[in-house]
Amino acid sequence: MLHLNGIYKVFNEGTPDEKLALQNLQLQLKKGEFVTVIGSNGAGKSTLMNMVSGKILPDAGEVLIDGQKVSGVEEHQRAKLIGRVFQDPMAGTAPHMTIEENMAIAYGRTNRRGLRFGVTNKRKAFFKESLETLHLGLENRMTAKVGLLSGGERQALSLLMATFTNPKILLLDEHTAALDPSRAELVTQLTKEIVEQSKLTTLMVTHNMQQAIDLGDSLIMMDKGQIIFEARGEEKRALTVEKLLNEFQRIKGEKMNNDRAVLA
Amino acid sequence: MFTAVFNSFESGMIYAIMALGVYLTFRILDFPDLTVEGSFVTGASVAAIMIVNGYSPIIATLAALGAGFLAGILTGLLHTKGKVNPLLSGILVMIALYSINLRIMGTSNIPLLSQKTLLTNIQDAWAKTGIDDVLNGLLTAIGLGDSLPKTWSILLMMLVITVLIQVGMSVFLKTEIGLAIRATGDNEAMVKSFSAHTGNMKVLGLAISNALVAFSGALIAQYNGFSDIGMGIGMIVIGLASVIIGEAIFGAKTIVRATLAVIGGSLIYHFVVTLALRVDFLQTGDVKLITALIVIGALLLPLITEGRKVKARKKKRLMELQFDHKSLEEGK
Ligand SMILES: Nc1ncnc2c1ncn2[C@@H]1O[C@H](COP(=O)(O)OP(=O)(O)OP(=O)(O)O)[C@@H](O)[C@H]1O
Ligand SMILES: [Mg+2]
Repeated sequence: MLHLNGIYKVFNEGTPDEKLALQNLQLQLKKGEFVTVIGSNGAGKSTLMNMVSGKILPDAGEVLIDGQKVSGVEEHQRAKLIGRVFQDPMAGTAPHMTIEENMAIAYGRTNRRGLRFGVTNKRKAFFKESLETLHLGLENRMTAKVGLLSGGERQALSLLMATFTNPKILLLDEHTAALDPSRAELVTQLTKEIVEQSKLTTLMVTHNMQQAIDLGDSLIMMDKGQIIFEARGEEKRALTVEKLLNEFQRIKGEKMNNDRAVLA
Repeated sequence: MFTAVFNSFESGMIYAIMALGVYLTFRILDFPDLTVEGSFVTGASVAAIMIVNGYSPIIATLAALGAGFLAGILTGLLHTKGKVNPLLSGILVMIALYSINLRIMGTSNIPLLSQKTLLTNIQDAWAKTGIDDVLNGLLTAIGLGDSLPKTWSILLMMLVITVLIQVGMSVFLKTEIGLAIRATGDNEAMVKSFSAHTGNMKVLGLAISNALVAFSGALIAQYNGFSDIGMGIGMIVIGLASVIIGEAIFGAKTIVRATLAVIGGSLIYHFVVTLALRVDFLQTGDVKLITALIVIGALLLPLITEGRKVKARKKKRLMELQFDHKSLEEGK
């Protein structure tokens, strides 16, 4: 479903701030596969997400979605195929518009916008039905401005809006990181339910190792713009935080030894 | 006095269309568009030159609307394609329009007093209906008979046109495209992630806004009986004044309410300015100062009332708490 082939991305090339954010990145997601992504700050996780969404374009390599090459397709065009939830709960919704208006905008993701009313009775019924699955009571507040919702509610709404039109790819970039533990737990649970139910092909970044292990079919670990560790299927299910940390130490150590060897 | 106030409502109604345009950019798109000062005159110029050259006033007024639309597109493209900062895009087009407007008119002032305009046509058609006599009869009956307006047609026609535009705008802002335009002003990254071309939304919003502004300019030229190269000066502040006064007094909870508030704000603004100019020591040149003071007043008003409300709320709550505490102690 999602293919990334030989992706390179350099920021501020030729300056002292030069940063090789992605180097020769290879990644494949099968249809319906749920992959969690971990890695230290600056490892290139968000850059990877932006590469898929089209917010940034690769310096080399190509991105394919459903066999279709999208590396040159503009972000808003590509968005027809992709649902996104950002880390900031404020980022995924329009605060001065009502819940139903926000949902109407999300609903418009897959088709061409016209002069039809955004919120019709028929759509309202559908929005209500979708909101009920969140169990937050938002279905009774559909004409409330989204800015009045709490961060957790907004993030749950963002998640719903990103997914209820069944995108081919779902991108979640630390979408629970800004929430308090109980809210984060709620949104995590919702994520699990929605992704399983709609069988969405999902890429989820998280800093929470336990979460990365608990969720999804596969796990990848990134460092310095590369995927340094991948666990799929049985191997993924057998993972524990301890094993993951050991793995990380081992790979890092090896790399360091290699670097030393090169430098010596 | 009555005539002056009556006229202030007439022009307030026409300027309200311009203010609705300003509302669309400043409030909905969150784009401080200064093109207005130029496109207002563009509308006046296009209408005036076409009327003088024998075109039907209706065609001339619609052409003015189209010219404003194009001016808005220009500012929009400069910003979205050229990545020029919003304020600067507007200023550049405004400056360019000054020369273009001079070219359109061929001179810096076109009188229209001897011409058949949209407004004289309306007045003529209206005069035949005899409604004026009825309305004036009513005024006389309630004892206001000493200074009757010459015609009610302008005020009523403008009321109809302005309200039609207000309704059209409210409906448009609820369509799929309208929602996308509003969201572009509210959270650009969000609508982009839902596959809206935010650049196009901005261009469209600016185009509609300046079309309304130019339309208003065309009507004002016909109302005042001339088009003048300097008539756009300060227009943006007048538009903003209407928007801000409207919000302060009538609120802006929903789109319908906010757009109605803009019309109300425009009427109040022109009314207050007219009254102020009646004061002996104030002169025509003081209008801008009065405008600034009105806007500052309208900006501060919500601050003050909000502060009061919070204080009152806190005081009430505190008393409740103290009361609870006391009754608890007594209960012991
Ligand atoms: N637009 C940009 N311009 C310059 N450098 C950038 C840009 N975006 C990312 N980088 C750099 O690329 C590297 C990878 O950044 P990225 O945001 O992908 O990290 P991350 O893995 O998401 O980290 P975090 O866990 O902190 O979110 C960082 O060193 C960052 O400074
Ligand atoms: Mg990141």
